[in-house]
Amino acid sequence: MDTITNQTGLFVLLLLFSAGALGSLVLRKHDALSNEWSGLFSIAGSLWGLFFALSVIITGHDVSFAVETAFSPLFSLAFHIDRLSAFFIFVVSLIALFSSVYGIGYVKHFYKTYSIGVLGLFYNLFIAAMLLVVSASNGIFFLIAWEIMSVTSYFLVVYDRNDEGNIKAGFLYLIMTHAGTAFIILSFLLFYKYTGSFDFETVRANAALIPLTVKNAVFLLALIGFGTKAGIVPFHIWLPGAHPAAPSHVSALMSGVMIKTGIYMLIRIFLGMLQPVPIWWGLTVLAAGSVSSLLGVLYALTEHDIKRLLAYHSIENIGIILLGLGSALTFSSLGMPSLALLGLIAALFHILNHAVFKSLLFLSAGSVINETHTRNMEEYGGLIRFMPQTAFFFLVGAMAISALPPFNGFFSEWLTFQSLFKGIAVPDFSAKWMFILAAGALAFTGGLALACFVKAFGATFLARPRSPEVAHAKESRLTLRAAMGALAALSFLFGICSGYLIPFLESIGRDLDAFRNTPSFVSVSPEQSITAGGGFASVSAPAFLFIFIAVFIIVSFTVKYLINRSQRVKIGETWDCGTDLTPRMEITATGFARSIILIFKGVLKPSIQKEIEYNDSRSRYLPKTRTVILGISDVYGSYVYKPLREMITRLSLRTKDIQSGNINVYISYIFIALVIALFWVL
Amino acid sequence: MKMTLLWTIQFLSVPVISPLCAGIIKKFKALLQNRQGPGIFQPYRDIGKLLYKDEVISRDASWIFRYAPYIIFTATVVAGTGIPLFASFLKNTLTGDLLVVIYTLSIGTFFLALAGMDTGSAFGGFGSSREMTVSALAEGGLIFSLLTVALVSGTTNLFAGSGTGMFAIGRSFLPRILAFGGFFIVLLAETGRFPFDNPATHLELTMIHEAMILEYSGKRLALMEWASANKLFIFAAMASNLFFPWGIAQGPDTAAIIFGITTFAIKIIIFCMVIAVLESSMAKFRFFRLPDLLIISFILNVIAIGMVYPL
Amino acid sequence: MIKLFLKILRTPGHIIPIKPADAGQAGVIAVGEKIQDKVKRLFRGSLAIRQIDAGSDNACEQELVALSNAFYDVERFGIHFVASPKHADMLMVTGPVTRNMAKAVQKAYEATPDPKIVVAVGDDAINGGIFKGSYAVLDGVDTVLPVHYRIPGDPPTPEDILHHLLGILETLDTKPAPVKQ
Repeated sequence: MDTITNQTGLFVLLLLFSAGALGSLVLRKHDALSNEWSGLFSIAGSLWGLFFALSVIITGHDVSFAVETAFSPLFSLAFHIDRLSAFFIFVVSLIALFSSVYGIGYVKHFYKTYSIGVLGLFYNLFIAAMLLVVSASNGIFFLIAWEIMSVTSYFLVVYDRNDEGNIKAGFLYLIMTHAGTAFIILSFLLFYKYTGSFDFETVRANAALIPLTVKNAVFLLALIGFGTKAGIVPFHIWLPGAHPAAPSHVSALMSGVMIKTGIYMLIRIFLGMLQPVPIWWGLTVLAAGSVSSLLGVLYALTEHDIKRLLAYHSIENIGIILLGLGSALTFSSLGMPSLALLGLIAALFHILNHAVFKSLLFLSAGSVINETHTRNMEEYGGLIRFMPQTAFFFLVGAMAISALPPFNGFFSEWLTFQSLFKGIAVPDFSAKWMFILAAGALAFTGGLALACFVKAFGATFLARPRSPEVAHAKESRLTLRAAMGALAALSFLFGICSGYLIPFLESIGRDLDAFRNTPSFVSVSPEQSITAGGGFASVSAPAFLFIFIAVFIIVSFTVKYLINRSQRVKIGETWDCGTDLTPRMEITATGFARSIILIFKGVLKPSIQKEIEYNDSRSRYLPKTRTVILGISDVYGSYVYKPLREMITRLSLRTKDIQSGNINVYISYIFIALVIALFWVL
Repeated sequence: MKMTLLWTIQFLSVPVISPLCAGIIKKFKALLQNRQGPGIFQPYRDIGKLLYKDEVISRDASWIFRYAPYIIFTATVVAGTGIPLFASFLKNTLTGDLLVVIYTLSIGTFFLALAGMDTGSAFGGFGSSREMTVSALAEGGLIFSLLTVALVSGTTNLFAGSGTGMFAIGRSFLPRILAFGGFFIVLLAETGRFPFDNPATHLELTMIHEAMILEYSGKRLALMEWASANKLFIFAAMASNLFFPWGIAQGPDTAAIIFGITTFAIKIIIFCMVIAVLESSMAKFRFFRLPDLLIISFILNVIAIGMVYPL
Repeated sequence: MIKLFLKILRTPGHIIPIKPADAGQAGVIAVGEKIQDKVKRLFRGSLAIRQIDAGSDNACEQELVALSNAFYDVERFGIHFVASPKHADMLMVTGPVTRNMAKAVQKAYEATPDPKIVVAVGDDAINGGIFKGSYAVLDGVDTVLPVHYRIPGDPPTPEDILHHLLGILETLDTKPAPVKQ
């Protein structure tokens, strides 16, 4: 394995994706050929990436090298792949693998409409850029990779360019991501000012040189900058627009892994580079996590666009990951490294799990959209009959994201809960109450997520079709089903094998300097029972599965074959008090969530419009049609972004005043500037 | 050998005793209305009859509808293995964690709500919507009330929580009582009792739980009714053993076990009486007032947790 | 509240005494064929009734509601009313079947799982009663559904209904004499 954990291994990886990108562009005249070329190379690249990342994690050999360039001593193509980077390479490659398999079949419906070659180009470049982002170890190089990632993903978002909404969403994304990048650049410049280098390793070694106030500034800048990419509330506004706009296999990548690159850098900077940190950092991250998770799921409940709903769930899950990360930061500030390691393991595990089940959900939503040609859940219904396998895969994803055992989401949420529970016992007053609130937020998030996925699955797949298009839906192609099936299987396996995975995740956490010699808090017993805190809590996935299946078999066998074997089952109609049932009588997605929306109306600010058309407008007794429009007002737009935009406009108008267009005035400006510069030198 | 026997009892007691629990509540309610009421074994007869009847299944129903009763029933039985009933030394470290129990019950709620939506009936859909609203808001109170017990006993394993005596640590008395208040509200919400839901209603418009199972018949209906009885029993058992941990057997001593079973039976009967009195003396709340009650439950628990580790 | 409960518990029960044994004397009017299977013996301990109003004047409903009160207390025999025909063992149809309700009654019958009993309650349901021959009604439930038992009366008193119900449960095992239409 040592032979591939070196720079050649990484170059092969990047080469495969570059070949996929360029080849697909060259072959752009032939849609099918270009699609297959791009898919084949991204699959090969992802497989190689998995292999590469696993060997780094298992052997523990860091891959570290730099290609010096002639431009500037500050800039070098420096790579440093430790276990943490390798973990993210693993996640990126894993999701890229299944997205690419899915893409081969999925892209077919774009043939003749859009250029497939361009899609292949950006798709491969996007994956390669994500890999660069998590392996770069020079600030400037990182920013270049980050920018490539942002721009390629922008082009993927606006790929379906005939839809005006997509263009708008893409534009918002472009602005927000660059605003975020500005904050990142500022934080890197602060590093440079105090440590004299953009190299992450050097910054880490010289972190003690950075004064505390600057560290605090870096914390805020990084949290905003990377938080924008990760989709932390209130910097999330681009996310629900941009993720749905992209083709579904790209949405899976964006939601599954791209937003995690922001989390990667937060871990890298806060836990890797700037240790020790003040306690309020951790508490702030916990607060951000609580707010993001609760608001994310609440907004998801209000959605009836299936992909927007899933995008809001990404915000929720980023919140859950931040709860793990925040508890890790807080514990490390309080001098409890083993608990901090537990929090980090929980965060890493949830990153992996969320990547798997969210991409699964996006891919199955993509299959549904592909067949029904709409993203509006109100027009679905009854799809389980036409697309049984897709429905099953979506159900697995829904159960995993709702943290139902034995799927993977449960075990990472369990670990997150345990780290928060442990935090309640800390002696620090503010930390203790922050942990209580965070645990409460997580508890409510779990319940609301369950409600949201009942709504999503029920409105999409159950009952009867609510529009004629749905009744013509067919099961998706083989490559699509293969990708979804594999992800569903992984979602199950990662849950069952959580006992095997935790030591790996622990070794990844231990690779950070802060946890080099930390005693372990989580132990795994021979029967795969995970125990946290020396008997504080324990759970065993295989045992749960075994008991559940055993009881299920006993119950169904007894009830089906031992009691009343001669029972007949008649297929009849749904009972609706003797009336003829029509699909219009079914509950809609909006109707399902209405009571929760009204309960949280203080936060969500719903607007309800009712329009009634009467048969006789004078008497107003017999209504002909009744329309109810339930909308959610854009709170962030009107309270945060609109004032901001207005301020910028006002400032710009003010600056216009000095731009008179008169050449003499400009010369006097230059003169004044020179005078000031002169005084400065003196 | 003895442990196998005890485990078998633990395994079977939830499905076997639970209908009796529902029967006792019905009987008490009848007595409070000056009626004779059905016998306490009536739920067994109802379930038995349903098991021997034919079924009518809607043609719009998918496999979710067909398998949901089995899954829901299994989920309640599995959750039943993770809670202390009469012996706290049967430490189930594999599935006895409080989050495992809560989320296992959530599997049941999830499939129940899906089954309600599956047939496309207007009643099933809004039943699911209401059930999910109530259970989503009850989740915070539920986790926190059990967490209070877990923090007091130093482990999130529920068996250990029942092993500590109530007055053993004087400091933990008040948190437990507060948490019990919170838990009791959640119990009423999760098991569909007054003031959240009327278990005896025939009016579709006011239903929550019943609306989701309107489409079921025969064996599947029996399983659904049985599962909801199981859930009631599980919650009553948690309430009586975790918040009033007296008499539970601490060691595999026959006398202690018999004493444990007896006290457990008495506690459950008292609980059934309390629920019956409450249901007879209280009106159902308006749906949009229910969140207030659930938030009260959450806040009670937050205070309780704050009191566990005083600064 | 406590006072109220104490008063209730102190007050002696007023429930009308009926022994299932002497209910058989009520003279159950059985029509149609007997329901097969040994299964229906189970009905004796647990009978779920779904009441269907096929166009009734609500007189019978009043009496049926009275069955559940503290005086007649039908629940002590394991008989209870349910909300859906899918849960029911017995359909109690009241009122002459109006043309608009005919389809609904039929749907309810189809939705009820076997074995099932159909009982026509009241003269209206048996043959149209005072509405007999009206253009709006189909005269009696047996024009739409196979009726197994009849409870005559306009409306029958709760006690009548109770006696008949218990009688029906008694005679389930014995073959009822088919009555010609």
